[in-house]
Amino acid sequence: MVDYGIGNLGAIPNMLRRVGVEAAISADPGVVAKADRLIIPGVGAYDAGVRNLHAAGLWDVLRSKAFIERVPILGLCLGMELLSESSEEGELPGLGWISGRVVRFRMPADSRLRVPHMGWNTVAARRPSPLADVIDGARFYFAHSYVFEPTNPESIAGETTYGRPFASVVHQDNILGVQFHPEKSHRFGLELLARFVGA
Amino acid sequence: MLPPRVIPCLLLENGLMVKTVEFREPRYVGDPVNVVNLFNQFEVDEICLLDIGASRNGRGPDLALIKQLADECWVPLAYGGGIDSLEGVRGVLGIGIEKVVLGSAAIESPQLITAAADEFGSQAVVVSVDARSAPDGSYEAFFRNASRPTRESPSNLARRVESLGAGEILLNAVDRDGTMAGFDLELIAGVAAAVSIPVIACGGASSRADLPRPIQAGASAVAAGSLFVYQGRSRGVLINFPERQRVEELFDSP
Repeated sequence: MVDYGIGNLGAIPNMLRRVGVEAAISADPGVVAKADRLIIPGVGAYDAGVRNLHAAGLWDVLRSKAFIERVPILGLCLGMELLSESSEEGELPGLGWISGRVVRFRMPADSRLRVPHMGWNTVAARRPSPLADVIDGARFYFAHSYVFEPTNPESIAGETTYGRPFASVVHQDNILGVQFHPEKSHRFGLELLARFVGA
Repeated sequence: MLPPRVIPCLLLENGLMVKTVEFREPRYVGDPVNVVNLFNQFEVDEICLLDIGASRNGRGPDLALIKQLADECWVPLAYGGGIDSLEGVRGVLGIGIEKVVLGSAAIESPQLITAAADEFGSQAVVVSVDARSAPDGSYEAFFRNASRPTRESPSNLARRVESLGAGEILLNAVDRDGTMAGFDLELIAGVAAAVSIPVIACGGASSRADLPRPIQAGASAVAAGSLFVYQGRSRGVLINFPERQRVEELFDSP
């Protein structure tokens, strides 16, 4: 688990412990470089996430893990948004590993649906991915005001509807991202995390 | 989309789980770890934990207890009580709590709302609006455990904290708290109409069939205390929560 100064670092290792996996939490590029798999958590502002990743010296080692070593990497919530090239919320370029932009949720004026999208919602698997069978028809907890719009529809592994369909799960080769919080999604989240770590 | 969130709202005082009536006379309900564990087994949508002792006695959050409760809980936990600084917000969010609930701090140090939202995102910042009604039928927001008037209407306060960065409003009808006399739908409709962020309505749930009413009045989620910790009006303690299918049925009927 990449510690870059933001995100709830307690809950995910707790859940992984339940499936017998002891995750290391680290901000040290040397430790990240040795990982078999990586989870990039995160909540909050896009630019803060970008800045913190740079400040921790993690930018290049993460890119290397993603594209040279090609280890499985899972971005959660802001961690998924950071996979994009840019966000309407900020000014700094994201990791850019999956082409596309993060935009704010906009509801029609007469909609009962409010932003942020807070609460449980279901995911429909749209394309094959390592997580397809643990996301399809499952429900997860969402807490966000922004959504990732990938340039290439092939990157959309799972879709959720809140006023309109949006990408709730993205996938490209060894890289995965989920907009929701598996660590707060009860048995559905536990199954997803267990699948990701290969437990 | 799934049915709206149904949220147990649990109160802590001196490390014990308690229940109040009109924000007064806390009665012991159980051991917090056991209670949270039960609700986790019931697969509730999320849990709201409010430490009424912290606010009253000028103490900060009991981080050791909160961490224990967060560890028990696989669904989002919101915590409020005694958070009056950004360090306080950081401390609570760092141990597994999903969202902080700011009460008196929202009145006394409103800049904290913005600071917390800037650092963690507004989805992590809930502001509690505790409303009492006046004899003339109007409503006023109170703070400090509903003991001090703000001289502001709940709708105005809600609007103001939304513009400061709050992501949700936890609307407490103080007069209905612990009474199981029904929700104050007029209050809920007024505040829900005043803001564009989600409103969680709490106070007065009389039965499970009552739960959809705040949603019809404009709330995005509904919370309850007595309904989920007591067995009916006799107030015998029984931690309970409707099964998922029952919740879906409740919200399906027009």
